[in-house]
Amino acid sequence: MDALSSLIDGFGVLGDPMNIMYMFIGITLGVLIGVLPGLGGANGVAILLPLTFSMSPTSAIIMLSCIYWGALFGGAITSILFNIPGEPWSVATTFDGYPMAQQGRAGEALTGAFTSSFFGALIAVVILTFLAPLVADFALEFGPAELFAVQLLTFCSFVGMGKEPPFKIIASMMFGFALAAVGQDPTTGQLRMTFGWYELLRGFDFLIAVIGLFGIGEILLTMEEGLAFKGKTAKINPRIVLQTWAKLPKYWVTALRGSIVGCWMGITPGGATPASFMSYGLAKRMSKRGPNFGKGELEGVVAPETAAHAAGTSALLPMLTLGIPGSPTAAVLLGGLLIWGLQPGPLLFIEQPEFVWGLIASMYIGNVAGLIVVLTTVPLFAAILRIPFSIIAPVIVVICAVGAYTVNNALLDMSFMLVFGVIGYVFKKMNYPLAPLVLALVLGDMAESNFRNAMILSDGSLSIFWSNGLVGSICGLALVMLLWPVFSAGLRRLRGTTSQLPAQ
Amino acid sequence: MSRKPKSALLASAALIAGAFGFGLVSASEAQAEWKPTKTVEFIVPAGTGGGADQMARMIQGIVQKHGLMEQSLVVVNKGGGSGGEGFLDIKDSEGNPHKIIITLSSLFTTPLATGIPFNWEDATPVAMLALDEFVLWVNAESPYKTAKEYVEAAKAGGGSFVMAGTGSKQEDQIITVGLEQATGAKFKYIAEKGGGDVAKALVGNHATSTVNNPIEQVSFWRAGQTRPLCVFDNERIKLTEKVTADMAWSDIPTCRESGVDIDYLMLRGIFMPADVPEDAVAYYIDLFQKVRETPEWQEFMAKGAFNTSFMTGDEFRSWLQKAADTHEDLMTKAGFISG
Repeated sequence: MDALSSLIDGFGVLGDPMNIMYMFIGITLGVLIGVLPGLGGANGVAILLPLTFSMSPTSAIIMLSCIYWGALFGGAITSILFNIPGEPWSVATTFDGYPMAQQGRAGEALTGAFTSSFFGALIAVVILTFLAPLVADFALEFGPAELFAVQLLTFCSFVGMGKEPPFKIIASMMFGFALAAVGQDPTTGQLRMTFGWYELLRGFDFLIAVIGLFGIGEILLTMEEGLAFKGKTAKINPRIVLQTWAKLPKYWVTALRGSIVGCWMGITPGGATPASFMSYGLAKRMSKRGPNFGKGELEGVVAPETAAHAAGTSALLPMLTLGIPGSPTAAVLLGGLLIWGLQPGPLLFIEQPEFVWGLIASMYIGNVAGLIVVLTTVPLFAAILRIPFSIIAPVIVVICAVGAYTVNNALLDMSFMLVFGVIGYVFKKMNYPLAPLVLALVLGDMAESNFRNAMILSDGSLSIFWSNGLVGSICGLALVMLLWPVFSAGLRRLRGTTSQLPAQ
Repeated sequence: MSRKPKSALLASAALIAGAFGFGLVSASEAQAEWKPTKTVEFIVPAGTGGGADQMARMIQGIVQKHGLMEQSLVVVNKGGGSGGEGFLDIKDSEGNPHKIIITLSSLFTTPLATGIPFNWEDATPVAMLALDEFVLWVNAESPYKTAKEYVEAAKAGGGSFVMAGTGSKQEDQIITVGLEQATGAKFKYIAEKGGGDVAKALVGNHATSTVNNPIEQVSFWRAGQTRPLCVFDNERIKLTEKVTADMAWSDIPTCRESGVDIDYLMLRGIFMPADVPEDAVAYYIDLFQKVRETPEWQEFMAKGAFNTSFMTGDEFRSWLQKAADTHEDLMTKAGFISG
């Protein structure tokens, strides 16, 4: 109703030059955090949280949330340049971003990724501004059965997505589930598959796997192929930003779809990582350029980036109105709110309007600031690819190792990272896709505990998955997605095209 | 092992000092002379964002803001296996005075439920910082006004009532089985990831009740979406300031008052590895006393409706022994002990 006037008051809060300064500091730190794999947004925010106690809560959350935006932007950089996702939600960005960089189009990919991120965030903030109360009620509808249905949908939409044979996709996914099961059983609290080795009780962290599978695996592969980056010929042209912008408008459907998927996943809360995968999968299926996905298609960068950033932004809504964090970083921000004496919940919007609207206004300006910061660095980052591989490779390995260590402060994780690197290399050589493994490792735990909770609620009856319209329609959609390969295989046969080798 | 000779040495040093007429140096002042010589690691046996993590980062912020330590204090999360990772780290750091850990009930429950080789006596207790309260909550649309009514309805429901809680075989589930054992009612327990998810399950009617900490539910209570029935403490919460239009924390009856014979409080305490010098323990006790005196800490305690008991030394040890026995008893009866 009076959201607009509240928002204008919010911009007033930002008039304080100190707040603008905190915003730029936050964005810059965030981009750095996003670039370094392992040091995720959650860790970054957690480390800086105690430093903010001397600020006002509004300034503090503006700075911390800007770190978060920065990390969302920054995660794409290493994904595109080196095939190493800096953050979990940038895994899907590697699928097309890295091939683009190899073709010497790194600048285009980076510009596309940043601009898409910005677009996704913008859509999410607009929804946040005008629909917050409605959306909060929608999130309440999601119990264990509904959440499992969302996860099922993510898995199912993935099975038919790759160009690899479905068997290989499922094998890779099952390997991911097996790894996700190591550690602690979420429902009974008992240890499993640790074989009496207590180092395993924290399970396999998804970030370690990603750093190893993608980062180290890629280095091994490049070494075999002759110690050269294919992107070496990258042209450094500051005008690349404008040239890319001219191309982007034709992907508006994909961008809009990605933003909607992202908002939905952020609010439910499913998280930015599944959102980016789902958006990529949908785009691949629905776009007429779908068959080119995985070979360096700009649209394949737009899809996951819009979704990831929209999800990351809208994840703050359930945090503010319900006190449930939609992402690990939101969980830390939530802790910050409590420490500053702000109580997230249905009354926060009424009792702390200055704080809430200041934060929302900062999302608008913070994302504009973020876009400016990252776009100016595009030529700089693209230039990294011109450094000879023999110099940059050891640097990447060190960054990967430090990142793997940072996740849990455990030396053993660095060994796991190397093992994952070898697995990643073997997978690529044998043409098994890595993404389903990663997806299963991210969502496996959550899907399992939601499924088992749903079973406890229904006394073991599967009928809970069509017990109401919401859960029934999500499950139905999931089945359609699962059976899609059958249709598309039929179509492909009709068109007479042979299946192609996937790009790395 | 090195503890005795060292304190004997200190005592004799004090004696000698006394003999030479500088007798003003008391033994305790001499003990307080240990100081960290490098960064102190503050382990949180839980993930980022949870209650223990918030408290640790609050303490880190207070220490920094008031300059209570010369060296820095760094929070490190080791939450794997319900905190087992953090506890094993403390066990392996024998004699290291630059490591402290904040504990919650998982200090007792995790080793019992998972079988990891750790016992609270493998660490050195420093101080009890506070106790966390638990409250029985129902959705405000439900007809139950007292704990007694709710438990009777749950009994009549024959196991169809759903209790949502944080984690598995941890405090929330222990309270649930305690409630079952005390009343004969049966609940379906669903394990959620964090207190916020638990609160949401209740507001969204995916659960019939929860035992959330005050801070996890207060905003929904104030918004009229949930209702507190009783507090699992042997006395009422002391905060008399109105939280909703007509109720303060102190207006919530204890569960015993409402005829439900159970209480449970969760330890928020500080431990160190085994075999650390006694003067190092004294240093940290002194540090946390200073933290407790800051206005930030007191406000934090009031916001979360904590029980602000503080204990150290033998008093703390005997409290711990009793709490360990209670947990073992409850978990044995519930069949939660890992084979």
